[in-house]
Amino acid sequence: MKPAQFDYFAPASVEEALDKLAELGYDGKVLAGGQSLIAAMNFRMARPGALVDLNNIPELSFIKPTADGGLAIGTMTRVHTVEHSPEVIKRFPLLPEVAHYIGHAQIRRRGSFGGAIAHADPSGQLPGIAKVMNAKCLIRSKDKEDRWVDAADLIIGPFMTVIEYEDLLTEVVLPPNPPRTGSSYQQVARQHGGYALAACASVLTLDEKNQCQDARLILMGVGEMPILSDKIKEILIGQEPTEAAFKTVGEAVQSEIDPSTDLNGTAEYRRDLIRVLVPRSLALSLERAKKGS
Amino acid sequence: MAQLIKIKVTVNDTVYEREVEPRLLLSDFIRHELGLFGTHVGCEHGMCGACTILFDGEPVRSCLIFAVQANGHEIKTVESLGTPEHLHPLQEAFNEKHGLQCGFCTPGILMTVVPFLEENPHPSEDEIREAIDGNICRCTGYEKIIESVQAASEKMSSGK
Repeated sequence: MKPAQFDYFAPASVEEALDKLAELGYDGKVLAGGQSLIAAMNFRMARPGALVDLNNIPELSFIKPTADGGLAIGTMTRVHTVEHSPEVIKRFPLLPEVAHYIGHAQIRRRGSFGGAIAHADPSGQLPGIAKVMNAKCLIRSKDKEDRWVDAADLIIGPFMTVIEYEDLLTEVVLPPNPPRTGSSYQQVARQHGGYALAACASVLTLDEKNQCQDARLILMGVGEMPILSDKIKEILIGQEPTEAAFKTVGEAVQSEIDPSTDLNGTAEYRRDLIRVLVPRSLALSLERAKKGS
Repeated sequence: MAQLIKIKVTVNDTVYEREVEPRLLLSDFIRHELGLFGTHVGCEHGMCGACTILFDGEPVRSCLIFAVQANGHEIKTVESLGTPEHLHPLQEAFNEKHGLQCGFCTPGILMTVVPFLEENPHPSEDEIREAIDGNICRCTGYEKIIESVQAASEKMSSGK
């Protein structure tokens, strides 16, 4: 198992990278952490003509607070760095909670935050988490205006995004959560670090009357891409967050998911997992929202 | 014509200069170009952990990095730990506690555990299990590996 031939470029700045991507056109492919791409190249499922390696561009690795209380994360920030960043832990505890389940420690040391989102693997966690966190993605290219794309609009299919071959995802901005917001992640996998058979993450915000001001839910591993639920909003917003209501959500989202059967589990089993994991996640998010975290 | 790129890599404190094709994996560079066969190659897609090395001190899969990307960086492989006469305390512990049978996964496990014990010198059993969850062993059933890591942590913290 060895990759096919390709040309290699290691620009030292974003500007240089954008020039190279524009010049290479359809042959060019961005190499970020490489923990998915190089595996795919070893299998020769991916055979890019040329790689533009971002690993020598220090300006793409950062975690910066934004003026409104959110965070901006550079595309090449390693998942391990995100997982252990005090800023991230304080503002977005959902991220370290999820990161813990991404691959293994050695993968997280090298794998990049932006790369995982841009890769849009339907079984990856970060594309879905970016969606449920209302993340905004900055896409730059040599000849076009910089554009901000909502994570919800970024992914258009399995391994497919609106990022074109001359484009580069340079940073992801996470908007702040209102006070009294709680979030949580639930998954079932065959082994720790393995792909989740089904997973979900929820974000709940309570108003002063303890009713749901906002409720967001992402369902993963049960469709061709992470599914942001509409049903949860119909059921919970403006309502009392009760155990019964959470169970109703677990039932209602059955019409939104489209799981498939494979060696590890049947579609029916995945539906059952979602039925169980969604109320579990919502109960945990509620508990955390009450604590104000 | 394949592109050839000149690289300068420090491996186990020795500087090597080579010309490589971009598609050469770091794991193959270490084995075939440098003749350091301690780094084992199992699955070549990041699942088994046998090829784990330290890249600037961090444990990573050498099969998911190209050799060209190691240019200017510092690599440590299992050969950096000890010699047959003077084993590293972690190697000693694996020897004493039967932490290996066929030994294929062992270099990857050692290179995962060395930085782990530096960060967490007194790990619990659960923490050890989690630390090595990215390394597959098909012989031991892991129990003896856990015991070895526990024994190593005692050895290393008592300075023996």
